[in-house]
Amino acid sequence: MTIDRVTSPRYSPPASIGAEPRRATRSTSDSLVGGVAAGLATHLGLPVRWVRLGFVASGVFGALGLVLYAALWIVLPAEDQFAVSTPGAESAQRQGRVGTQERAGISETGFVVAFASIVIGLALLIGVMTGTSASMWPIALLTLAAGIVWRQADQAQRERWLDTTGGVGPVKALVGSGGWASYARLLMGLSLLVVAIVMYAAGGAQLSLAREVAVATVLAVLGVGLMLGPWLIRLSSDLTAERAERIRVQERADVAAHLHDSVLQTLALIQRSADDPTSVARLARSQERDLRTWLYAGLPADKSDLASALHDVVASVEDDFDIAVELVVVGAPAFSDALVAATREALINAAKHSGAPSVDVYAEANDEGTAVFVRDRGRGFDQDAVAADRRGVSHSIIDRMARHGGRAEVISSDAGTEVRLYLPKEDS
Amino acid sequence: MTSVVIVDDHAMFRTGVRAELGDQVELVGEADDVDSAVAAIVAHQPDVVLLDVHLPGGGGVEVMRRTAATAPKTQFLALSVSDAAEDVIGTIRGGARGYVTKTITGPELINAIARVASGDAVFSPRLAGFVLDAFAGTVDVAAVDEDLDRLSQREREVMRLIARGYSYREVAGELFISVKTVETHMSAVLRKLQLSSRHELTRWASDRRLL
Repeated sequence: MTIDRVTSPRYSPPASIGAEPRRATRSTSDSLVGGVAAGLATHLGLPVRWVRLGFVASGVFGALGLVLYAALWIVLPAEDQFAVSTPGAESAQRQGRVGTQERAGISETGFVVAFASIVIGLALLIGVMTGTSASMWPIALLTLAAGIVWRQADQAQRERWLDTTGGVGPVKALVGSGGWASYARLLMGLSLLVVAIVMYAAGGAQLSLAREVAVATVLAVLGVGLMLGPWLIRLSSDLTAERAERIRVQERADVAAHLHDSVLQTLALIQRSADDPTSVARLARSQERDLRTWLYAGLPADKSDLASALHDVVASVEDDFDIAVELVVVGAPAFSDALVAATREALINAAKHSGAPSVDVYAEANDEGTAVFVRDRGRGFDQDAVAADRRGVSHSIIDRMARHGGRAEVISSDAGTEVRLYLPKEDS
Repeated sequence: MTSVVIVDDHAMFRTGVRAELGDQVELVGEADDVDSAVAAIVAHQPDVVLLDVHLPGGGGVEVMRRTAATAPKTQFLALSVSDAAEDVIGTIRGGARGYVTKTITGPELINAIARVASGDAVFSPRLAGFVLDAFAGTVDVAAVDEDLDRLSQREREVMRLIARGYSYREVAGELFISVKTVETHMSAVLRKLQLSSRHELTRWASDRRLL
């Protein structure tokens, strides 16, 4: 054996030596049947083809390979239980903002072909060795049935790890998130099982016996179901409890992820621009706003109400200019493009020209309609003295409000400026 | 000079406030949880307590409840990063004479302390907005004097101007009334906010998680 384990492409060294024991897993990304061979190859540092060949060979000459494979399939945990990506990515996946990673190589046909060839080969071998062909088909069907049900339960388990909603019923434990394919596979497996038993019985006896055997088989299956029922239910309640714990852990991880994505990044930026008080203040303000929105989650996401639209305007002005804006909204004023645009213009004017460190914005819905007030304590300006080509105030604010059936007043003195916007209620 | 106790569980924030207040007020004590706050307030009997809303051991409301009998002359000014309606309204109803956010500037804070010390109310624009929302509804003029569940027209106007960022002096100028009258209106609103028994008020505060 001259394989260099470290440079083997399938071998990934443990991230921190001594921290966690290495353990073999079933591969979920590179599997023909159950991913046992690929997982084992990774663990042992062997080429995956050798391992597969080894299983097939030992499976053909005596059933050791098959038994071993089946045992490992049961014992080895699937590798994606241990897959760890960044907290941010995991959080985003859980919240559905990013799709889960596609699993390559789980092809149903590949699995069926591989399994069927193993089964048929095994059946032929038994037929040749025993010299009879009568027992061949029942055994083949039996093995195939077991394989299909087994595979199905495995798939269900994989989905269960990904699913975080609802409890796990005994049925769900077997068929996963459903879909006709899951039930069809299960049904197919079970009926193959029955057919196999019936065929075996019919092989050497009359048809009436076969019918009796069929009835007996169904009864036996029912009996086993009754015996296993309580156990399955207990198992499902255990799984539900475990899931609740996992959800708690994930919520904690979501908080960590948010802090990581927002607060830590901003703190890093602040440290790097520590000699620039303006951008430090801007970063801190923007982060505070973000964190408040996240903590109190008070803003509806839709743009149909004025409060959230004004919130967005305030956010963008605070980001673009060195000014703090205090926004107070009373009642639930209706959305209006004109009001939002005029408010933005008034805020930008205050930010650019007033020299004041902060602006107050107040919006309210009353019986007459909606009123918005933008007030700063800056140096003020003389409207008549503004050059004719600088038409910001008259064009963007006063004319705009007039066009939409409202009105605007600009009151300015050396104690500051207040822009008052009124929009009457629409008759509807 | 006004004697002040600072109650906040963040030592860094206490240091910052201490530096901003300078020698404008007489700082007699500090505390970082409910028990030490109660002890400091009872021992020093300060004029004003700067009180954080969220404290280990029960919060600012608990401090006010436990010192109501032992330090009757002490006034409370809530100082918090939280804008949540239930925090703001809850603290005011717990007995605070005012509510300001921690982003307040030094001179404004000194001004607010002086106001609270003289028995007036201090409303931030956001608190005024909450009040207007909480007391939304038409005013029955005949019942104004008695009804704690409503604001008079004048009180509403004062609240609106405060919410627009006006100072007391500016409110007085705008409404052609004296600063003293503005203060009277503010105190009346504060009293209604604290004493009003209507269920909507508390439910409103917990239902609506405004900005």
